[in-house]
Amino acid sequence: MIKTNSVLDAKGFACPMPIVKTKKAMNGLEAGEVLEVQATDKGSTADMKAWAESSGHQYLGTVEEGTTLKHYLRKASGEETEVKKHEKIISNEELLQVMEENRNMIILDVRESAEYAFNHIPGARTLPMGELEQRMGELDIESEIFVICRTGSRSDLAAQKLTGAGFEQVFNVVPGMSQWNGPSQKSVNE
Amino acid sequence: MAFKQMTAAEVSKKVINKTDLFILDVRNESDFNDWKIEGQNFEFLNIPYFDLLDGVEEILDQIPANKEILVVCAKEGSSVMVAEMLSEAGLDVFYLKGGMKAWSEHLEPVRIGELTNGAEIYQFVRLGKGCLSYMVVSNGEAAIIDSTRMIDAYLDFADDIGVKITHVLDTHLHADHISGGRRIAEVTNAAYWLPPKDAAEVTFEYQPLESGNVITIGHTAIDIQALYSPGHTIGSTSFVVDQKYLLSGDILFIDSIGRPDLAGLAEDWVRDLRETLYTRYKELSEELIVLPSHFMIIDELNEDGSVAKKLGSLFAENHGLNIAEETEFRELVTGNLPPQPNAYQEIRETNMGKIEPDDEKQREMEIGPNRCAVR
Repeated sequence: MIKTNSVLDAKGFACPMPIVKTKKAMNGLEAGEVLEVQATDKGSTADMKAWAESSGHQYLGTVEEGTTLKHYLRKASGEETEVKKHEKIISNEELLQVMEENRNMIILDVRESAEYAFNHIPGARTLPMGELEQRMGELDIESEIFVICRTGSRSDLAAQKLTGAGFEQVFNVVPGMSQWNGPSQKSVNE
Repeated sequence: MAFKQMTAAEVSKKVINKTDLFILDVRNESDFNDWKIEGQNFEFLNIPYFDLLDGVEEILDQIPANKEILVVCAKEGSSVMVAEMLSEAGLDVFYLKGGMKAWSEHLEPVRIGELTNGAEIYQFVRLGKGCLSYMVVSNGEAAIIDSTRMIDAYLDFADDIGVKITHVLDTHLHADHISGGRRIAEVTNAAYWLPPKDAAEVTFEYQPLESGNVITIGHTAIDIQALYSPGHTIGSTSFVVDQKYLLSGDILFIDSIGRPDLAGLAEDWVRDLRETLYTRYKELSEELIVLPSHFMIIDELNEDGSVAKKLGSLFAENHGLNIAEETEFRELVTGNLPPQPNAYQEIRETNMGKIEPDDEKQREMEIGPNRCAVR
């Protein structure tokens, strides 16, 4: 089950209605929120991808369940342009090296559950930004924590919060999953 | 202003008559780049419908005032929406009825010519996909060769001209489109002929088509002589009709030659392909008119919309028949091949009777260009 902020039922509608309805539903979401669109029109997958690209939203992926296609989209957030404040930063390549050393550490993926579902680093823990404060206690305070998101911006915020709560070995992985070339996996069947 | 529908048949006439037409294709860019309506005097603009949801004002200056305008999408819905918006903005426009789906399925019958004793041969031009199929008619009987899955087009045509379909033939096991051969044979009780080397895995009964077979249509005997010509597939067979026409299947096209890789055996079949093109075909009369099963580009169409040319002219002009060096030939047909046709494995399995997808699925499998040739 992929958690989303909103679900749109566009089943039974032919092109152009799935996109028309998706565009409208997106307008009602906050930046960074995730929408699940259920459609039966086979052409909707290619169009969702292309529409997301042209409108700046993030197309996460599609799951096929019987005759229903479930598309996942994340509303444009403008996070790429924000200035990063957390000082301990490591690059994607450096994280790969750390992973190879097999150290006792946590890779903490703070993206939305739908983003994580379609592409994440094997062994990474999912803890979406919105749930961080209440679930922080699940993390070992002694452990090294590498926080990752899509572009390094949400993870910057998460790293600051963790540091503020007393975690000492917190690193922000920059730029994050958008440029990740290391091992990755999915937790959904596409 | 008004917006009206234009049918695939009307667009076909414009292709054949080389009429001017401005096409606003509102599918997404990758679909447009992969495959679109082609016409010599057609002009194109591709703006995805989802970029026009807020209005068409921004593209109005890109649409000519003095041409017929046709809005095209995948299945019709989006083109109706955009056509309506354009008409509200003051333009007279058409949308393509049934969209690219209908375009892909439309067959335009063209009479190729007369045979002895008043017999005739027709070519069914599938403009949207570049597939060509044939009907040989003689004395109340007909044979169909390389039929598409739109079998009503042939059945209705045979009814209209008052002939009974008695034989159905496929030159080879197709990988780019679903054959209607078996279903036509079922509906009409005709014999269905397939080359046995391509039919090793088929799940149904068929008549083995072998070199030297002569199939007679009508009692005035129009002969279809089978000529084994491997290369595109191992079983590929050509037909010489009435000593006048060479139905070359997917072995030889007007401006290109068949590709040997669609059954996964490019290396093995290169030699067969060369042997067929450079030796077996060389032994035939140069006066034979070649009727292939595909065309690749719209320039291959003759003035009347047919796709046909003398074998002698092809030996002179077709690049694929004029490569002296075997290594260079091998390079052409095995290196740098175009992408394989959409769903070609599933299409082959369907043609073998191994899987039976529903109509919607079959339509989807055939989307896109045929890509059976190399140039």
